[in-house]
Amino acid sequence: MSAARANGSIVHDPSGFALPSSQRAAIRWFVYVGFGAMGIAVIHGFAQALNYAGINILTWFPGLQSYYQGLTIHGVFNALVLTFAFTNGFLALTTARGLGRPLHGPLLQASLWTLILGVLLSGWAMFSGRASVLFTFYPPLQAHPAYYLGLALLVVSTWLLSINLFWSLSRWRRENPGQRIPLLAFISVATYAMWDLASLGIAVEVVGLLLPWSLGWLDGADPLLSRTLFWFSGHAIVYFWLLPAYVSWYAFVPRHAGGKIFSDPLTRVVFLLFLALSIPTGFHHQYADPGIPEAMKFTHAILTFGVFYPSLITAFSVIAALEMGGRARGGRGLTGWFFKLPWGDPSLSAQVLAMLVFVLGGITGLINASFNVNQVVHNTAWIPGHFHMTVGTAVALSFMGIAYWLVPWLSSRELRGRRIAVAQSWIYFVGVLVFARGMISGGLEGMPRRTFMVAATYSKPSWELAGVLTAVGGTIMFLSVILFVGVMLATILAGRRRDPGDIPFADTLVGPAVSGWERHFDRFGIWVAVTILLIVIAYAPFLVSYLPPKLWSSGFSIY
Amino acid sequence: MAKIHRYERAFLILSAIMLVVFLAALGYAAFGMGLHLPTRAGQIRPEDVARTPPFDRPGVREVEPGRWEAVVVARAWGFNPAEIRVPVGQPVTFRITSVDIIHGFHVDDTRINLMVLPGQVSELEYTFRKPGEHLVICHEYCGAGHHAMAGKVIAE
Ligand code: HEM
Ligand SMILES: [Cu+2]
Ligand SMILES: [Cu+2]
Repeated sequence: MSAARANGSIVHDPSGFALPSSQRAAIRWFVYVGFGAMGIAVIHGFAQALNYAGINILTWFPGLQSYYQGLTIHGVFNALVLTFAFTNGFLALTTARGLGRPLHGPLLQASLWTLILGVLLSGWAMFSGRASVLFTFYPPLQAHPAYYLGLALLVVSTWLLSINLFWSLSRWRRENPGQRIPLLAFISVATYAMWDLASLGIAVEVVGLLLPWSLGWLDGADPLLSRTLFWFSGHAIVYFWLLPAYVSWYAFVPRHAGGKIFSDPLTRVVFLLFLALSIPTGFHHQYADPGIPEAMKFTHAILTFGVFYPSLITAFSVIAALEMGGRARGGRGLTGWFFKLPWGDPSLSAQVLAMLVFVLGGITGLINASFNVNQVVHNTAWIPGHFHMTVGTAVALSFMGIAYWLVPWLSSRELRGRRIAVAQSWIYFVGVLVFARGMISGGLEGMPRRTFMVAATYSKPSWELAGVLTAVGGTIMFLSVILFVGVMLATILAGRRRDPGDIPFADTLVGPAVSGWERHFDRFGIWVAVTILLIVIAYAPFLVSYLPPKLWSSGFSIY
Repeated sequence: MAKIHRYERAFLILSAIMLVVFLAALGYAAFGMGLHLPTRAGQIRPEDVARTPPFDRPGVREVEPGRWEAVVVARAWGFNPAEIRVPVGQPVTFRITSVDIIHGFHVDDTRINLMVLPGQVSELEYTFRKPGEHLVICHEYCGAGHHAMAGKVIAE
């Protein structure tokens, strides 16, 4: 293990770099569209949280036809639009900065406009009440074709962006033969490589089956095959949500904290493990499904436990980086460094709090993944309790933390309301803990998710406290998001103008090897081949024993 | 520096051991203690449900001495039968399918927690140990009346 190592920079040229202003503008609009969608989505989120306490404020929403219409918007705008838009913008920037070269301008614009068109189409279908099928759109519930088309365009926008990243990387390789890919670009591109493979399931489902079915070109839908294709993408998508936050935790948070990234090779290993293991795990969302042999479910359970491993490595690496920062700032003892972190920086406070919540998100996730233990919690309120600590906080609060430096950088303004921003992160933290405590305890008592409790024909006394905690926590989260949007608007509209300078990436303690076997990390072709092999092992037995599709179900639009 | 690498190694090894131990426990619970998940148990066209045994006669019956079958048909927005009476202390196999869209079948306070898909038969065996009444909830969104779709299992 004594290969020659380069210095610890994670970018091609640490001295500086300039992105063409049109590309900067496109990235800015990706970020604005993402947070705009979140701002709209959480309004109904607030109503959903109150719903679990039996409080109905849906009548306040002009034109809203049902709880489920709003829930569809909440799911799509948060889980698909916020995440895709923000990630397209953020990882475009990190790739360009890592490589020290601009991206393909027209492709970047095409990706942005495809995303916007997708939002408009699916948004029209949802807001007009033609697509109250939730963000999972399980057939044979059927939505208007515009909904499927809009969602397909959202995915196409991520594909256009990844083509752009691969194009830039291959240009960079030609310009710099024999050099290691800069770490910041490596982890960004690896994220998209994973998602390109992962998104094939949903693409086949939507474009090959549901869209033609909704247009009347196919006689029927196959509910089981659709769910299988959906969850082929649907578990990996959680890593497409999470990895941009990990990019930030590895590459930027150490800098906020005054520390360094622990190790270049270990970071690459983590992202390659995510590439290989994210996809062949989808059956853990179908433990309760009929039609899938139990042994296949257990195979996916094993791989699911495998994909937990890179997150454990991340816990070690990120805490090591924070500890280095805290000790450099004078922290002592086993925990003293933690309190010496620069808590007055909202980018740091939001992301460290997001990490703390993610510990609970990870533990509850491991419980969901636990094969037969899942039978206790499947489709109960436990599940939203779990994933508001993962995507709803580890990801969303990290994105907000990133925004506290990224939006000023993109708009050449100073952040306005820094103290409010710090408070915002703490308020969200408290809110989500109360919220999740409510949903999780309710779920353990059998309280269902995705249910308009206000009008439900059943109830249990033990759901009462759970519902109240959900409502209180959800209200606090909602107020926190209002503060976030306020800080953003104040910054964009009224922040003092300033020269943005460089983005705040960190260095590594252990740099990349310039010779030896570690160089194989950079050969994405090999790792993609390994990934495809694992996918075949995980999915071929099911497909071979199940196909052809059973197109037996006609559509229902009973919402 | 050296210390951090030692910690790193210890952490990575302990993490791996932890995951393997968890998996072994789950495997034992499933295949050693018989806490199974639903598996492949047959297909049925939604339009054929009403005339195909056993779904042509929803209800509970003794299929052989001491073994019971509870046949349930789900449709928007109710279960047939809505009230399922099963014996205490004897294994009951639930067999469920849907004639329209996807529903859920969660018997409160038990591990009977199933997705019900048109085209597929959901099957799970369970033995009630105590007499009592359990709420059954459709816990998968199934359209405008989803929150009114519920039933009862009475173990007696
Ligand atoms: C103010 C903050 C928020 C509140 C109060 C809130 C509240 C809720 C509640 C109560 C539910 C469960 C509804 C039900 O099952 O009937 C829910 C579902 C959901 N939330 Fe949130 N949420 C918030 C923010 C977020 C964020 C930031 C994300 C993701 C980035 C998110 C993603 C989701 C998703 C994907 C669902 C599932 C939708 C479905 O079941 O179809 N939420 N939310
Ligand atoms: Cu998953
Ligand atoms: Cu339902």
